[in-house]
Amino acid sequence: MSALREIEFRDALREAMTEEMRRDQRVFLLGEEVAHYNGAYKVSKGMLDEFGPRRIIDTPISESGFAGLAIGAAMQGLRPIVEFMSWSFSLVAADPILNNAPKMLYMSGGQFGCPVVFRGNDGAGGQLGSTHSWCVEGMYSNVPGLKMAIPATPDDAKGLLKTAIRDDDPVFFLESERMLGMKGHVPEGEEILVPFGQGRIRRAGADCTIATWGRPVHFALEAAEALAKEGIDCEVIDLRTIRPLDIGSVVRSVKKTSTCVVVDQSWSFGSPGSELAAQVHKHCFDDLDNFVHRVHTADVPAPYAYNLEQEYLPNARKICEAVRAATYNA
Amino acid sequence: MSTPSTDTRRLFDVHRGAGAPRLASDRTPPPPATLKKWLRDMMLIREFELRCMQAYQDKKIGGFCHVYIGQEAVAVGCVAATKPEDPLVTAYRDHGHALARGMTARACMAEMFGRIDGCAKGKGGSMHMFDKPNNMFGGHGIVGAQTPLGLGLAFATKYEDEVMQNGRNKRVTLCFLGDGALNQGALHEAMNLAGLMDIPVVFVVENNGYSMGTSIHRGTTMAHDLKSKAIGYGIDAAVVEGMDVLECYWGMKQVVDDARERSRPWFIDLRCYRYKGHSMSDPRKYRTRDEEEAWESDDPIGKLERYMLENGVVTESETKDMWKDVKAEVRDCVAFADASPMPEAGELYTDVYMEPWGPYPGSSRPTFMGGAPNTPSFTAIDPKGEVL
Ligand SMILES: Cc1ncc(C[n+]2csc(CCOP(=O)(O)OP(=O)(O)O)c2C)c(N)n1
Ligand SMILES: [Mg+2]
Repeated sequence: MSALREIEFRDALREAMTEEMRRDQRVFLLGEEVAHYNGAYKVSKGMLDEFGPRRIIDTPISESGFAGLAIGAAMQGLRPIVEFMSWSFSLVAADPILNNAPKMLYMSGGQFGCPVVFRGNDGAGGQLGSTHSWCVEGMYSNVPGLKMAIPATPDDAKGLLKTAIRDDDPVFFLESERMLGMKGHVPEGEEILVPFGQGRIRRAGADCTIATWGRPVHFALEAAEALAKEGIDCEVIDLRTIRPLDIGSVVRSVKKTSTCVVVDQSWSFGSPGSELAAQVHKHCFDDLDNFVHRVHTADVPAPYAYNLEQEYLPNARKICEAVRAATYNA
Repeated sequence: MSTPSTDTRRLFDVHRGAGAPRLASDRTPPPPATLKKWLRDMMLIREFELRCMQAYQDKKIGGFCHVYIGQEAVAVGCVAATKPEDPLVTAYRDHGHALARGMTARACMAEMFGRIDGCAKGKGGSMHMFDKPNNMFGGHGIVGAQTPLGLGLAFATKYEDEVMQNGRNKRVTLCFLGDGALNQGALHEAMNLAGLMDIPVVFVVENNGYSMGTSIHRGTTMAHDLKSKAIGYGIDAAVVEGMDVLECYWGMKQVVDDARERSRPWFIDLRCYRYKGHSMSDPRKYRTRDEEEAWESDDPIGKLERYMLENGVVTESETKDMWKDVKAEVRDCVAFADASPMPEAGELYTDVYMEPWGPYPGSSRPTFMGGAPNTPSFTAIDPKGEVL
């Protein structure tokens, strides 16, 4: 088949859901505007036509209600996919998604699992202001019992989402509205399943390890190109899932480079980035030439103004500065 | 004088709890100066929103932008039924409420442009309009989020009256929400609490028939009689006409006065229509052009204009001048917003705390808000998060 087929991120997500719904009747999709409107961001475009309204289900603006519905359905053996128009809106469903889904198996002594996928847009970057710009990985990754995937490219989006749908545990799947139109190579007609807990080396390098995931992977690659011209050779590792976290790949890389920069678009305080840095410090204590440097979103609520938002987010410039500092090239 | 609307499909239809006193229905037309103000306010909102759409196309405005075109009579009629000291809170379709409450077009447009002269220094944006001097407690982006807040604002006014006796008696809070917010749990908790605690808050559902692409009949039960949702919480409820500012005012005045007098909540099914898409990227495939035209031909601005002409309140040349005047004001506010500087980078770190600590080196709390000047009490960390 066409080896160079390029599709958008949103198409890759749709393919994953469609393929899994064809092979497993227990899978269904529900959320706001997913059916008749074809998805607020057109991720589910055409799925109502193929699967009908019993499996592609429009909901009112009742996140707590429909997230809870999905969890109940999953306990009964179905495999729901819940689309949050934005992960920012999942906050009104905090109790079902954080207090029920990830704890059900434990509380029931292994009797009731929760094979549900929650997915939607995450992160700032579109001038949406404080209420709509959440990077929920900061808070939600704190909770044991859930898995979390944050793809950076269309092929990983497809492969990770298919894995998520087949997974027997609750999976929080974080997409970025900024990236839905991004194109990338996704082979056609092939079963792509990306296993959880396996990072991907996006660029090999010898001088500094940049560990990141999701949208900042692209900022890191941009920074690595710029730094290469200065003679700093970076290795960029895309972790792809936060829970489980592929600390092994990062440790192997840091043992080679001796320096590490962690890039995380959530707030720094109690974040996946701080966890990763702590683990690197522990496992690479004798290998590190410098402490792990971190690039995060500024520790303030998301501003609306364009220039402030630019300053708020991680970007290639900030990553370059951190790498120079970590490698004593500042 | 005749009333402008004789359309009977949306009469003032009210449900009262047992033992509630009769409402004092007063349909006296307001004096000419008031009518002129309402007409001008509605014209201003219409023109402001048209310019917002343009500025959005020109990429002067970012993020999400939801315009109020078609619903102008709601904000203007409801605000007219309240006093300036009555708190008001709403959702993200908030420019109309802000302007009706007295925010200047300049401050509102500069906020949309993300500039320092905006009502929130460009930090809030289109969905988050705040105006303390005019008792406008936001613009809130999360559907339904403002409903418990409205309850709390009203709770506070009652508390001040009954516990602190500060002399600002009997304020009523207007809490606006869209028909989509009917389906958020927050509203239902807020309604129960309001009924239980005798809180003087009016939940005004701006029922424009759609939440994004979902028509109200697909989104909520009892869509043909929303009042029933409130009646279950022991709250009085009414249907009010929203395409006619006079009807809206007369209906809301009875409701607000009653809420003030009895310290009780109300729930209003306010019938209206948004002419444009949900936000700037909505092709409106979920409804027909015929339906849109039927509502547009019932336009609240045209209706008030005709009423005032027929009753000799204004002449045609006067209304033309009003349009000209409003257009000039909006052109001016766009130019003002364009000329206003972007917030300085340091603004990113202000207003996080009232009393800055750690990485927050200062606060630019406006001086008119009073209080001691903020001095950093702890500055061991610089704004970039680096340890010094
Ligand atoms: C909790 C939450 N879920 C979803 C959204 C996305 N959203 C924004 S507006 C909207 C539709 C709301 O419709 P309605 O309440 O009728 O207000 P209208 O737009 O008609 O003024 C949706 C789904 C949100 N902002 N908050
Ligand atoms: Mg609506």
